[in-house]
Amino acid sequence: MCADCAKNDLTKLDAVFEQFKDDDHALISILQRAQAIYGYLPTDVLYAIAARTGNSPAKVMGVATFYTQFRLTPVGRHLVMLCKGTACHVNGADAIEKALGELGLVDGETTPDGLFSLKTVACLGCCSLSPVMMIDEDTYGSLTPAKAKAIIEEFKAKEAAK
Amino acid sequence: MRIVIGEGSCGIAAGAKKVHEALGRLNADGAVSIGITGCIGACFLEPIVDVYEDDRLVKRLVKVQEKDAERIYKAAASGDLSGVADLEISAEDKEFLDKQTRIALRHCGLIDPESLDAYRAADGYKAIAKILDGMTPEQVIEEIKTSGLAGRGGAGFPTWFKWNAARNAKGEHKYLICNADEGDPGAFMDRAVIESDPHSLIEGMLIAAYAIGAEAAFVYVRAEYPLAIVRLEKALADARAANLLGANILGSSFSCDIKIKAGAGAFVCGEETALIESLEGHRGMPRLKPPFPAEKGFVNQPSNINNVETFANVAWIILNGGAAFAAMGTENSKGTKVFALTGKIRRGGLVEIPMGLTLRQVIFDIGGGIRDGRKFKAVQMGGPSGGCIPERLLDTRIDYKELGATGAIMGSGGMVVMDDSTCMVNMARFFLDFTAKESCGKCVHCRIGTKRLHEILTRITEGKGREGDIELLEELCTGVKAGALCGLGQTAPNPVLTTIRYFRDEYEAHIAEKRCPAGECAALKTYSIDPAKCKGCTLCARKCPVQAISGVVREPHVIDASKCIKCGLCRANCRFDAVKVA
Repeated sequence: MCADCAKNDLTKLDAVFEQFKDDDHALISILQRAQAIYGYLPTDVLYAIAARTGNSPAKVMGVATFYTQFRLTPVGRHLVMLCKGTACHVNGADAIEKALGELGLVDGETTPDGLFSLKTVACLGCCSLSPVMMIDEDTYGSLTPAKAKAIIEEFKAKEAAK
Repeated sequence: MRIVIGEGSCGIAAGAKKVHEALGRLNADGAVSIGITGCIGACFLEPIVDVYEDDRLVKRLVKVQEKDAERIYKAAASGDLSGVADLEISAEDKEFLDKQTRIALRHCGLIDPESLDAYRAADGYKAIAKILDGMTPEQVIEEIKTSGLAGRGGAGFPTWFKWNAARNAKGEHKYLICNADEGDPGAFMDRAVIESDPHSLIEGMLIAAYAIGAEAAFVYVRAEYPLAIVRLEKALADARAANLLGANILGSSFSCDIKIKAGAGAFVCGEETALIESLEGHRGMPRLKPPFPAEKGFVNQPSNINNVETFANVAWIILNGGAAFAAMGTENSKGTKVFALTGKIRRGGLVEIPMGLTLRQVIFDIGGGIRDGRKFKAVQMGGPSGGCIPERLLDTRIDYKELGATGAIMGSGGMVVMDDSTCMVNMARFFLDFTAKESCGKCVHCRIGTKRLHEILTRITEGKGREGDIELLEELCTGVKAGALCGLGQTAPNPVLTTIRYFRDEYEAHIAEKRCPAGECAALKTYSIDPAKCKGCTLCARKCPVQAISGVVREPHVIDASKCIKCGLCRANCRFDAVKVA
């Protein structure tokens, strides 16, 4: 077991293991459920999954690092996914990324206030509304740098009002 | 009167849910029936609201906003639609829909995707009933052979051949897999089909499962498509409850169940053997072929994989006959194909057309040409595996062979249109950035070759290109193509090769003259102030982060090119459009 990993409540995983107990091919599904529970995949959770599924920790880590959906560090309160697919590229996704950068949102990082994590993704499948970003579950299309900034500022204002 | 709101992902992103909620509030007494449908494909007109009288569409309203809800409601409640006439789709935009031939998308945007009854009312599950009523698996495969249906995921392999191979393979169990891992940036037809007509996918899969003898099936769908997963889950549950899925379907001896597996984000999993690895819970790294999945696929048992759009055609073919499908298209390519028309196009969205139309017909007649009055430059087809087709080849027909001859591919149907402001070197760099990140790392040529290609292309777009770079790119491309195991690496050089082939002068301008003809590459731009337009307001000088702009108040300012970092702030802030980029 790792010395420095966070102490998470691992009993939350029991229901997940129960759901997939008869499925030998469920490692990815289990990791997805675990990430939904903890917000990311902490080291102790990865070890617990390895032990319970009969996989080596190396195998679990290998799968967790192969797929872009999995995160090994905590995310901010709002996950901003900026699409950089072909249509968004042609319609100016780089300018949107730059605008978000001016507000401190950098790809793969979380803002110091813990509010936003930015992740650029290959395609959100809303190409006709490009450029597009997704914040949490909602999609925002036909962005301009000013519009993208205004959306982030609106989130900030809402958080400040809480 | 019945109000139907288009609620696919695109419609929702454009505000369809807000319109729906507003209508719902007005309809507290339930005087009008309000329902949903999926995506009609005319994304540029979203949100779309249809008004029906019985089963007849009387008005299609477009670009509807929340504020329009009240008058739409009043119109539908009173039956007098004159108050919403300004929202009605224009005759010109209607052409976008009228010029299509819809088979895979036959129900999309017309029926409620969350209703099994709606699908059944539209001849749903009649094809599987017909088969279970007396067609042998061999007859089903024969019908698909007659249709000429080929894999719509990109490779274009004959569907009947794969089914037949899986049927004849020996194994304890057989598996059917639907590839819904639509990773090609710029394509979203599979998402639209699952969101808008999930039962047609289920029915197509059942027919395939019957033909090959599979009792277990999976849909491997991208996790980035949450709405598609929700709608498919509901459709599966409804089908199961109606004995259309599970044991002894419709009282026959045929049993089959379908499970959803959510992918976790890896482009390479669109490759069938990588997808199988991922289904088994491993890293999605491709296997060596042969053995092909038809012999040894999922858990080493015979497996057949088709794409969503392929399955969406199957029930139609069984009901209308393979010959009716084969009557459309060209000698080599039968039936219809769905394209996602995006980029600098006036009317963007999903279009389904018979094979054999020319690119020009699709882009100009249906898509309305280039927006903002600019000039067409190229169309990118096939995503990171495909290529860019220039204007002089616009009369190429939509046909597997003819498109292949251009260096591009049919692909899964992404059609990204570019105008004269798009730099082709930067476009190639964009795709190599993508493939370098998505390479699984198994083959050295792909893992390192794509990285080197990306580095050279980046260097060229930054004005540091060297003589001999084009030849170096070509040499590397040949190596990557030859040295990669799977389709990702074998096709990754295509965007570079096609842009060199058709736009070599742009590469040369970047390398020799340090100039980007499209004016897109930031490092090669030069900013200057037009003295005739400059009012000397000093705003640009104050905004410039490196003090490169100087001048006296109310006199034209000048930019010192040696200090300029080309950030563009002066241009963005100028109120008189006086800052020029070249």
